[in-house]
Amino acid sequence: MTHLNLSPVRPSDEPLPDMLRETGGASAEFAHAAPRPMPEGTPIALSAHNVGAWYGSKKAISGISMEIAKNAVTALIGPSGCGKSTYIRCFNRMHEFAPHARVEGTILLEGADVYAPGVDPARVRQRVGMVFQKPNPFPTMSVVENVAAGLRFMGVRNRAEISDRVEEALKLAALWDEVKSDLKKPGIALSGGQQQRLCIARTIAVEPEVVLMDEPCSALDPVATLKIEDLMRGLAERYTIIIVTHNMQQAARVSDYTAFLLMAGDGAGHLVEYRSTADIFTNPHDKRTEDYITGRFG
Amino acid sequence: MAIDRLEHSQRSALGLKNRLKPGDWLFTAVTGFAAIVVLAVVAGMFLELTQQAWPALRAGGISVVWDTAWDPSHKVFGVGAFILGTLITSVFALVFATIVAVLVALFLVEIAPGWVARPVSYVVELLAAIPSVVYGLWGIFVLGVFIRDHLGPALIRYLGWVPFVDGTPLITGLFSACLILTIMILPTVMAVSRDVIAAVPRSQREGILALGATRWEMIRIAVLPYARSGVLGAAILGLARAVGETLAVTLVIGNSVQIPGNIFAPAYTMASVIANQFPEATGLHRAALIEVALILLAITFVINVVARLLVWKVTGGQRAVVQE
Ligand SMILES: Nc1ncnc2c1ncn2[C@@H]1O[C@H](COP(=O)(O)OP(=O)(O)OP(=O)(O)O)[C@@H](O)[C@H]1O
Ligand SMILES: [Mg+2]
Repeated sequence: MTHLNLSPVRPSDEPLPDMLRETGGASAEFAHAAPRPMPEGTPIALSAHNVGAWYGSKKAISGISMEIAKNAVTALIGPSGCGKSTYIRCFNRMHEFAPHARVEGTILLEGADVYAPGVDPARVRQRVGMVFQKPNPFPTMSVVENVAAGLRFMGVRNRAEISDRVEEALKLAALWDEVKSDLKKPGIALSGGQQQRLCIARTIAVEPEVVLMDEPCSALDPVATLKIEDLMRGLAERYTIIIVTHNMQQAARVSDYTAFLLMAGDGAGHLVEYRSTADIFTNPHDKRTEDYITGRFG
Repeated sequence: MAIDRLEHSQRSALGLKNRLKPGDWLFTAVTGFAAIVVLAVVAGMFLELTQQAWPALRAGGISVVWDTAWDPSHKVFGVGAFILGTLITSVFALVFATIVAVLVALFLVEIAPGWVARPVSYVVELLAAIPSVVYGLWGIFVLGVFIRDHLGPALIRYLGWVPFVDGTPLITGLFSACLILTIMILPTVMAVSRDVIAAVPRSQREGILALGATRWEMIRIAVLPYARSGVLGAAILGLARAVGETLAVTLVIGNSVQIPGNIFAPAYTMASVIANQFPEATGLHRAALIEVALILLAITFVINVVARLLVWKVTGGQRAVVQE
């Protein structure tokens, strides 16, 4: 994959075409979406244009366009089933792992189309890492082996380099102090919160540009959750983070930008509102966003 | 506080005392009894065999295990050749059946689309239900002829440098028995391996894919290690069947009491000698055959213990990997 173009695909002073209107029908009600809430000149890591995704004949998301700021935390919120997971799984081409799955639209990573013919999904996933809802360490591997698991795909084989990178990733994931005395123990022997930080360490060890997190704290207690939130703020200095969460406080605490997704009449998730987190939580433009974040939804 | 005012009888009615649980009691009793019966049957079998084999055990001592001469007319009863025949055929079948089974299982689970995987799975499972006499006859009339005319000569030509790959391929012999056993245990090992591999959670597969693994790397790094204890269990299930398999092997192995000099030579297994000679055996001969059965039982027992230790070691002391 080539870094053809590091700047946003469109000159930033040109008004954005309203992608949503083009899809017609149910999309008209989503015309308030603002696909680009960051200040002029902010570097863009990922941009999605009119992204739709299917499971067989079921359309899960439709016509979503968003530009995602580099080295920032972007939160996706919305009711269950509105397609948040489906949407972020399009970014690292994990969606196509589901049977009969299909994606339409364009997703540009640093300006390069991740769905272009000839693009290797494995390479895309190296650059766009993912942390899952339930911690999923590899049970037959030790702590170190878990963190080193992805390094071999990058061609890192030198032992000294591996152990350096493992240590650095564990430190970045705020897990080093807790595991350094026993790096050989199995990854599943850690607590749930530690396991999730192990999965974060494993993800950042391969030095992705973007880290997708799908409800990374929903299986954790409040203390472990706060630890991971702190971690995310720190990681945002080096990585672009997209987090799906059901927890409004969490979105408000950790994210710079927030997007609200909602299932429309056609049963597919659409983008309702995408603005800076401060704006969306203090002054939502759309009535449905307001209802959702104040808990009056449904 | 409300409870303080209740009469004693009312308190127990609240459930502070154990309720009478006839269901629980009955369940414990029935399952416990079943477990004891199983243990008693095994112990009884062992005792009975030992008792019946006693004359031979006393006459031959421990050395029968490595003595290879077996001549009932001269009252010479060395079991070594049978033990060797059983071990060679079983281990060969174990190794090759497991390799093929895992490859087929991976193909069915990871690669083949549903409309291929379902019928293939079904046919393979059907193979497990074929009676062993059918395998034996097929082994003589089809497989044996094929080995004599084509496979055997080809093996000698291309793999002649491998030790023991020489001699004269015949319809019956050690190699025919090895192959027929491999084919016979393949369906079981394959079906269990397939289920074990299919049971590897999606989260494990996605976890490694998300790090940039290709499909093959996913299989090698996430799927196979996760499934290894189950695959090992499948292999041992196959081995147990191979060790005890009698009829098909008796038909194709050649039934010759000797240390086979090459893979095409005729040989004998423990189960086969019992099946062949027991009907007309009397006295010490009969006791010696029962001694063979006793050794077979002991070998099965040892295999199971070793298998358990192996699974235990591979899984790092956990009984089973429980994780979604
Ligand atoms: N593997 C699948 N096969 C078929 N349909 C699916 C599959 N996964 C999700 N869907 C459907 O796609 C829609 C979006 O699902 P998705 O998991 O993306 O929602 P979500 O916003 O992440 O929900 P939640 O907040 O509960 O995680 C849902 O209607 C769901 O039923
Ligand atoms: Mg989800």
